[in-house]
Amino acid sequence: MAKRIEVSGLNVYYGDFKAVEDVSMTIEPRSVTAFIGPSGCGKSTYLRTLNRMHEVIPGARVEGKVVLDDQDLYAPGIDPVAVRRVVGMVFQRPNPFPTMSIFDNVASGLKLNGVKDKKKLTEVVERSLHGANLWTEVKDRLDKPGAGLSGGQQQRLCIARAIAVEPEVILMDEPCSALDPISTLAIEDLIEKLKDRFTVVIVTHNMQQAARVSDQTAFFNLAATGRPGRLIEMGPTKQIFSNPNEKATEDYITGRFG
Amino acid sequence: MSSTDGTGPPDRPTDRAPGPKLDLGPVGHLGDRLFAGLARGSGGLVVAIVAFVGVFLLALAIPALADNNSSFLFSRIWEPGGDNPRFGIAALFYTTLISSIIAMVIAVPIAVGVALFTTYYSPKRLAAPVSHAIDLLAAVPSIIYGLWGILFFAPILRPVINGLASALGWIPLFEKPATDNLGVVFTASVVLAIMILPVVTAISREIFAQTPVAHREGALALGATRWEMIRMAVLPYGRSGVVSASMLGLGRALGETVAVLIILSVPNGNDPWNSSIFAGGETFASKIANNAAEFDSPEKTGAYIAAGLVLFVVTFLVNSAARIIVARSGPGGKRPRKNRRTGDKAAQTEGATP
Amino acid sequence: MTTLAANRPAYDGKTLDLTGKSGARAFRNTLATVLIVLCFLIALIPLLWILWTVVSKGYSLLLDANWWSQSQRGITVRRVGGGAYHAIMGTLIMSLICAAIAVPIAIMGAVYLVEYGKGTKAAKVVSFMIDILTGVPSIVAALFIYAVWITVLGFNRVGFAVSLSLVLLMLPVVLRSTEEMLKLVPDELREASYALGVPKWKTILKVVVPTAFGGIITGVMLGLARVMGETAPLLILVGYSKNINLNPFDGFMGALPTMINQDRTELALEPAADRVWAAALTLILLVLLLNLLARLIARFSTIKSK
Repeated sequence: MAKRIEVSGLNVYYGDFKAVEDVSMTIEPRSVTAFIGPSGCGKSTYLRTLNRMHEVIPGARVEGKVVLDDQDLYAPGIDPVAVRRVVGMVFQRPNPFPTMSIFDNVASGLKLNGVKDKKKLTEVVERSLHGANLWTEVKDRLDKPGAGLSGGQQQRLCIARAIAVEPEVILMDEPCSALDPISTLAIEDLIEKLKDRFTVVIVTHNMQQAARVSDQTAFFNLAATGRPGRLIEMGPTKQIFSNPNEKATEDYITGRFG
Repeated sequence: MSSTDGTGPPDRPTDRAPGPKLDLGPVGHLGDRLFAGLARGSGGLVVAIVAFVGVFLLALAIPALADNNSSFLFSRIWEPGGDNPRFGIAALFYTTLISSIIAMVIAVPIAVGVALFTTYYSPKRLAAPVSHAIDLLAAVPSIIYGLWGILFFAPILRPVINGLASALGWIPLFEKPATDNLGVVFTASVVLAIMILPVVTAISREIFAQTPVAHREGALALGATRWEMIRMAVLPYGRSGVVSASMLGLGRALGETVAVLIILSVPNGNDPWNSSIFAGGETFASKIANNAAEFDSPEKTGAYIAAGLVLFVVTFLVNSAARIIVARSGPGGKRPRKNRRTGDKAAQTEGATP
Repeated sequence: MTTLAANRPAYDGKTLDLTGKSGARAFRNTLATVLIVLCFLIALIPLLWILWTVVSKGYSLLLDANWWSQSQRGITVRRVGGGAYHAIMGTLIMSLICAAIAVPIAIMGAVYLVEYGKGTKAAKVVSFMIDILTGVPSIVAALFIYAVWITVLGFNRVGFAVSLSLVLLMLPVVLRSTEEMLKLVPDELREASYALGVPKWKTILKVVVPTAFGGIITGVMLGLARVMGETAPLLILVGYSKNINLNPFDGFMGALPTMINQDRTELALEPAADRVWAAALTLILLVLLLNLLARLIARFSTIKSK
């Protein structure tokens, strides 16, 4: 079951530098939430706190609460590894494992966590590839290296890999920024389909994309250069794009930013 | 209890049943702890090994040095053990250093030439085989260099030595010795030069190949000839890299044992010491290897270990200098190979470049 | 305005000269080209010469099956016959034991530097120690093992002692090359694995190391090739035996470098000379084989399908 995420009073630091300040929001289940904002406003950083991926970078830390299914992800006793099994992630650049075949790439999450049952793996791989709209394109070459696919296919392979572990939430960090328009369209179609089963959060630089795929939109901005990024406003996508409450949001969306 | 289901639009189908509460507790990190422990242990082991080597060699060298009746640093006598142990490293130090420096002086210009040839002169198809061929030189075991050097190369070098000696013989360094000995320091140096050539070439080649295209094209756009482009763009960029490559080559030459052992003729103990590079001699490494049979008493062994320690310290200083030059220098000095390779990898993923 | 225009010579109606540079510059350019090509030729001479010497003098014995299957037992310098089996096996045994000890430590040490210790003080210390170890001349490594194994522990000169000293030489080579390779693995792959909820150790073992595998093996091969040609530790730590001895813990042992060394003072005698060059060729072939293997693996393993 897709889950709701409730964030309150979240600050993100890199060492002494505060990158994101005081974010509170609710991310609805089985919907697509888009984060938009200028470069460096902390939206990607913030996204990575939702599955504790930012901890990979030394010196990164967080204050505040991220509540998923009544559990604070930052409470003591919570294991980031377990969190990431529940909150999956798709990255900016397609990053299939170069040593693995297409099949193994999709199965990697299960295999690396100890699932050996061949039948179950085959089933999951097929279902996930269907789920990522990739099955028909690769079903005849599952044993070929994943790195041999085109960029757009690779990104869908990465999505298949992410959904194979049946997460509740999928975070996408600018998933189309390295892709051509046709591949982008394929991914956008896929996102539309994914929200039937998952809570999807997507960071994008492309405002048309946010308008096309998301139900909710959150606009982030910097108060000033060198200051932490903040959540300016959040609301239904239609409202944010047609009638935002904040002047900054309107300026950004209409391209009068800066 | 916030309702985690039923919030989705009702018209949307879902194939997932509402699950039990998510388990976000610890997933068991025994593997992590074991693996991290192994990794840290290996790191620690390296430190322990080096510390152990150092302490151990010192512990054996110090008693021998304490009993030494002669100046360890400035004496040229080598008579360890017995009632009146007297040994000093001055002669060894001199021969080791002079042979390695000559080797470097010969090898570096040629290595730079070869590196330039493979990067900017040779046809593309020739460059890779040529590089591999030069790398092959590094794969030849040193004992073979030694044999070849003394049997085949030394006789050819003899006329060169005679010519140099008669032209420059008034300088003690080039003084012609009484005997027509083949196993002289100069011959060893030339063979050492051949041995370190691949090392210096390989590093220089890598650095030269990394000269930014913008610098090179900038020079060419000003109407520079190929040589001027190399002088304006490639050599300044690669200078620190070449210097550090030379230092690494020097470090190799200092410690080379068997080739030198085979080539150099050991001077007769009664002859006066000769500073000419056209005479025989012994380096640290060849001295130790030559006298392995003498390691019968701790005092004697201690003397050789003390000599080995000096060799170790000198080699270490030379290698450190190379590293410091690399670390300090500008863009050309950093090991940019890493960047290039990751760059290649990035290019493989379609449209990866923003 | 007018001065500016006046400074520029009036267009004289001639076409631009695009045919060449000034004489001196062209000459320097040609000279440099000649010198650089000359350097290349000079560098090739010793390579070809050495290879020619060893191959032409050594090949005939290698064609004899006995060379690969017999030892030098009971064969004096003046007599022909026998083979290099004892020496080949000795070289292989000693270097493989060395690799068995050095490679795991080197790979885990590199994993520590890249995956665990990155940026910490401790990692800097380890890195510094590896730099020190890199500079240890083989004769010093041999001397150290002599001091420990023979002077202090009182053991005999045996093949295993040689392996131990070779470990000191191989460890930094393999560790540094592995480190370089692990660094080349893009962080995105690690993150992709973490994002699937895979623990760090499994990420390293199943994603990072396999991605770098080709490079790591290449480093191991090159390290092996290096220690196989080492002679100094053999001279000090094990006596040369003409007999087949496959036990690294007991008795003297043959090895290719010491087989060369054994007869090199008797080169006036034809049987001895033949053996020396044949042993040299065998050693070169062994080392070359490892180098070639390393290159092949490096070429074909960047992407490994299932």
